[in-house]
This record gives sequence, C-alpha cells and structure tokens, in this order.
Amino acid sequence: MPKKSYRNAINEAMAGEMRRDSSVILMGEDVSGGTGAPGEDDAWGGVLGVTKGLYSEFGASRVLDTPISEGGFVGAAAGAAITGLRPIVEVMFVDFLGVCLDGIYNQAGKFRYMFGGKAETPLVVRTMYGAGLRAASQHSQTLYSIFAHVPGVKVVVPSNPYDAKGLLIQAIRDNDPVVFFEHKMMYDDEGDVPDESYTIPFGEANVLRDGEDVTIVAIGKMVHLANKAAENLAKDGISCTVIDLRTLSPLDEETILEEVETTGRLVVVDESHPRCSVAADVSSIVAEKAFKSLKAGIGKVTAPHCPVPFSPELEDLYIPKIADVEAAVRRTMA
Amino acid sequence: MQLNRDDLLKAYRTMATARHFEESVFENFSEGRIPGFVHLSAGQEATAAGVMMALDERDWVATTHRGHGHCIARGMDLQETMDEIYGASSGICGGKGGSMHIADLDKGMLGANGIIGATGPLAVGAGLSAKAKGDNGVAVAFFGDGGSNQGLTFEAFNLANIWKLPVIFICEDNGYAEATPSSYSVAGTQVDRAYGFGMPGVEVDGFDFFAVHEATRDAVERVRRGDGPSLIHIKTARYYGHFVGDAQTYRAEGEIDMLRADKDCLKIFREKVVGAGLLSREQLDEIFEEEKERVEKATLAAHAAPRATKDDLMTDVYGVY
Repeated sequence: MPKKSYRNAINEAMAGEMRRDSSVILMGEDVSGGTGAPGEDDAWGGVLGVTKGLYSEFGASRVLDTPISEGGFVGAAAGAAITGLRPIVEVMFVDFLGVCLDGIYNQAGKFRYMFGGKAETPLVVRTMYGAGLRAASQHSQTLYSIFAHVPGVKVVVPSNPYDAKGLLIQAIRDNDPVVFFEHKMMYDDEGDVPDESYTIPFGEANVLRDGEDVTIVAIGKMVHLANKAAENLAKDGISCTVIDLRTLSPLDEETILEEVETTGRLVVVDESHPRCSVAADVSSIVAEKAFKSLKAGIGKVTAPHCPVPFSPELEDLYIPKIADVEAAVRRTMA
Repeated sequence: MQLNRDDLLKAYRTMATARHFEESVFENFSEGRIPGFVHLSAGQEATAAGVMMALDERDWVATTHRGHGHCIARGMDLQETMDEIYGASSGICGGKGGSMHIADLDKGMLGANGIIGATGPLAVGAGLSAKAKGDNGVAVAFFGDGGSNQGLTFEAFNLANIWKLPVIFICEDNGYAEATPSSYSVAGTQVDRAYGFGMPGVEVDGFDFFAVHEATRDAVERVRRGDGPSLIHIKTARYYGHFVGDAQTYRAEGEIDMLRADKDCLKIFREKVVGAGLLSREQLDEIFEEEKERVEKATLAAHAAPRATKDDLMTDVYGVY
C-alpha cells in the first residue's frame, strides 16, 4: 500500500470527491492561495499546502478563496449546503471559529431538527487544531468539545493518514454538518493510504490494541502517545487496550463501555483542557454506565487549564506527554 | 413587466391574508393560546407582497424573526404555517421550529431566523448554489435595521459582490431594533452602505406596495443578468411591539394610531387601484373578508391541531445518548 502523508491523504479525499460529485465545492482563506494574483495556478493551496493543486484542477468556481470573513463564509456555506451544494469550508485554525460559531451551531447544526427533518445540510468545516507549532494562545487550541456539545453537529478527529482520508470522504458524503479536526503537527506524518476511495463510518471507534489491565481512550494526536505508553507499559507487564475514538460525535459509547468492562480501568487522553472536555465526558459516561466494572478511579491526561503559552519551554510543559499517560495508567494500577 | 388585474388582486389578497394572520396571532397569543413569543409584521405587508411577487419558484428567501408575512407571501400553506406557530405536530416543521424558525425549503424559504444578521450569509450561500446550478435563481436576504448593524451583514455584502452572486439584500427597516430607534443606531444610510461595497442601493417607501415591487423587480432583473448583488432599503413600520406584550413605551404617543390612519399599506393600495379605476372597492372588500374567514378557519383548526408527543422529541437527530 502506498505511503502518504496526512496532508496528502486529506488532499486526495477532497480531490476524489470533487471529481466524483460536481456539487462539492471548497472555500476558505487561501485555499487556492492567490486567486487573482499573477501566480495563482501555483499558489499556496492553503497556509500549510493541504489544498495544493485543487484550484488548478477545479477552477475558481469550485475552489473559492474567501476574504478574511469567517462569519460570512461559514454562514454562506451553511446556506449553500441547504440549497444543493456540498461545501467543504476550511477555517484555517479552530481558534478562528470564535468569530463564526453562529453558522455552525445556530444555523447548520439546527436546520435538520428545527425544520422538522426536512432539511439536509451536507457541510464540512475542516480546521486545524493543537499545540506544538509555537503558535501561542490564539492558534493552538484543541476546541472539539465545544462542537461535540451541540446536537446536530458531527465531530471528527482523525489520528492518522488512513483515517483522515476515509473519514473525510465520509464527512463529505454525510448529509449533516461535520467539523473535521486536523492536527497541525501531523500533516507530515506518513502512513499506508490506498489510492482508491473508501469511507470509514462515523461512530465507530478503532480498537488499536487489546489489553487486560487498563483501557486508554485517546483522541487525535494523543492516540500516538497512548500507543507508545501502552508499548512501554507492556514491558512492565501492564497490558493496555487503546481506543482511538475517531469521531467524538457520534460517540462510540458501546466500544468504550465494553472495553472498560473487560479491563476495569480507564485513562482518557485528550489534548484539550480538563474542564468540560471530551475526557471529562467519556469519564462521566463510564462512571455512570460502567461504575460496577471499575476497579480504580478514572485517570485523565489533559493539557492544563490555561491558555496555550508561546514560550517553547512553557508550551512543552503544556502538551501532554507519553510519561503522563504512563503515570496515569500506573496510578489506576496502584 | 406591468402588473395586470390578476396580479393586483393577488397582491391585495396576500396583504390581506398576512394582516389577518398577524391580527389572529396577536389575539390568540394575548389570550395565552400560543406558546413562546411572537414578532408580528402587521403594517409591513407591502414588503412581503411587493418583494415576493417579483420572485419565482427557483428563488430562495432567508427571512427574519418577523417573517410570518414573508411566509404567507411566498405561498407557504396557511394551515401548516399557522399550526407551526402553535407548536402543533401538524405544523410545517412538526412544531419544532415555531414562529422564529419556520421554514419551507420546497417553497425556497430558508427559514425565519432567531439570529439577527444570520440571513445575509445564508443568502450568499443560496446565491452560490443558484450560480452553480445555472438556473438564474435569486437569493433574497431580509434583515431589519437591527440586522443592518451586524458585521455578518457587511461580510455578506462583500462576499456577494466579489463573487458577483445573485443576491438581493433587503433592509426592512421598521424604525426600531427591539426598542432602539434606527435614527439612533444606524450610522450613515443603508444606501451609502451598499455603495460602500460597490453595489447599487435604493431607498423605497415601504407603505407603498408599488414602490417596493418595482424596486425589487429592478433588482431581480439586474441580478438575474449576472451583474451582482444589490440592496433595497424599505422604510416601513410595525403596528405591534418588538414582540407581543411589549409595552412600547419607547414609541411616541399616537404614533401607531397615526400609522394605522395615514400609512396603512392596504389602505394606500386600495386608494391607488380604486382611484386609477383598476379594481373596485367591492372586489377588494370581498377579498378582505374572504381572507379573514380563511384565517379564522385556520386559527380554529390550529386550536384543535394534534400536539407533538414524546415520540417526536428525539426524531431528526442522530446519536441518542
């Protein structure tokens, strides 16, 4: 199977769907990266090059560079989605969703229910999240829990190139609004990605490793920490199950509960803040529905409850580490 | 295109239905039969009829929290519209939307909206769809003087014009955003704002159906040609408060009586068409009474309409936790 980067997998998913379905359009800041400029055909393709080449293949009517007006173009994408198009909107950083939440949670996320089931809103909002780029407080957040809170919005967080392609194709074909989270530090990660098109269904977590002692539930980039920690712990005879949630909404409660019932212990790893996070949510579900299976208190590994700092020393302290996961697992075994 | 006799009858009938509808909702809300809160458009019927009669089936309309008249003028089913306001399961949105979110995509109605300023971007999106479809459809965004001050509205102006989309922005200015007068809250003029984004803008008398209709027809013609968006600033007034129950202490004494006496769009329409010998008073009276009866019937039916039940709560969602 060919090796491809997370970036290329995402690009390939969009290109394939745009070829397959003429109602799929792409819009966002610099998704062409220079429409109207002298070098537009070879322009950026997004600040990190994720949409490179789509403009030259599909043209300005389907790859729309937007002005810097996220509220306007996310709302417009919601309007386009209920009137027949399947827009993919790139909101460069999830932090910027602060100026365009309305289009997602009051408009797109409500249409289906509020209009009595008569509306379909096939909208994908792709956005970058996560710390590690020294991008500081307003370009580094991990804000998926805000969207997972809202019924009517689906939330997808792929942890690897294979999942990124399959989940994005699924998102584009889905008839509900999806917020698709791409970790900015993972674009160069490589993995096996088939050339052909495939989908990964929403609401099905991926059990990456089967263990007997502790279940580690992880999201996005944190899945790699969980895997590595599990490998290290295995050397000490601690056997871990690792679950990659893949989609936070819908959430695969069943798999989480089943695995916790087997191991009796849970550690959740989430790059977000501890309060009102997906880690807190998963913990509460397990505490409520699998309490009797639990042999120990639930462990949570999250970033601290402070904004993402700029200073490299501080940011490194901020980001959860493999050792934190190992320590949390050991605490549940103590 | 001149309006023929049938068009004039239709225009008056639409305005009459919308007026009776709002009077009925006022009365029944006041008596506690309608849940939530309602924003009535009585007094603004010339906008609803004048704009909608310039549109056709392929067009899209995003409207505001004050959207009952627009729904009726767009040809939404009267009974299903009334039932929705009552929260009945027979409502057009199954009772899940209500007055503020009533929609009918089959009629091109993208919904009333509870968020001020949300309509501009939605219409831009519908304009993108229309352009992609290539059917020369037009998308209309209604917003009020209140919505005219939202940044989202300006973003929508800019997007619509850089992409030369078939969008018509209609500022239906009834003089007050809740209790705040537009004379206080709006810097510059709406038309100047349109010019600021390089699109044509025109101010029209919202008490005059003909002025509204002609301005909309001109704008529709322009956008269908592919010349990009335009704005219409309709100056009108509402007979009721921001919501029913609003004591309206901010309004001048006698303001509403004066509006009803001198600025009523139905009366003005009657005077014009009767004065020009196009229609007779009897014809118009007959229509007015017919629509009154139709609305009364719909009201009574809404009182007896089936209520949503527990089974309806978790439909139209995914994932039950």
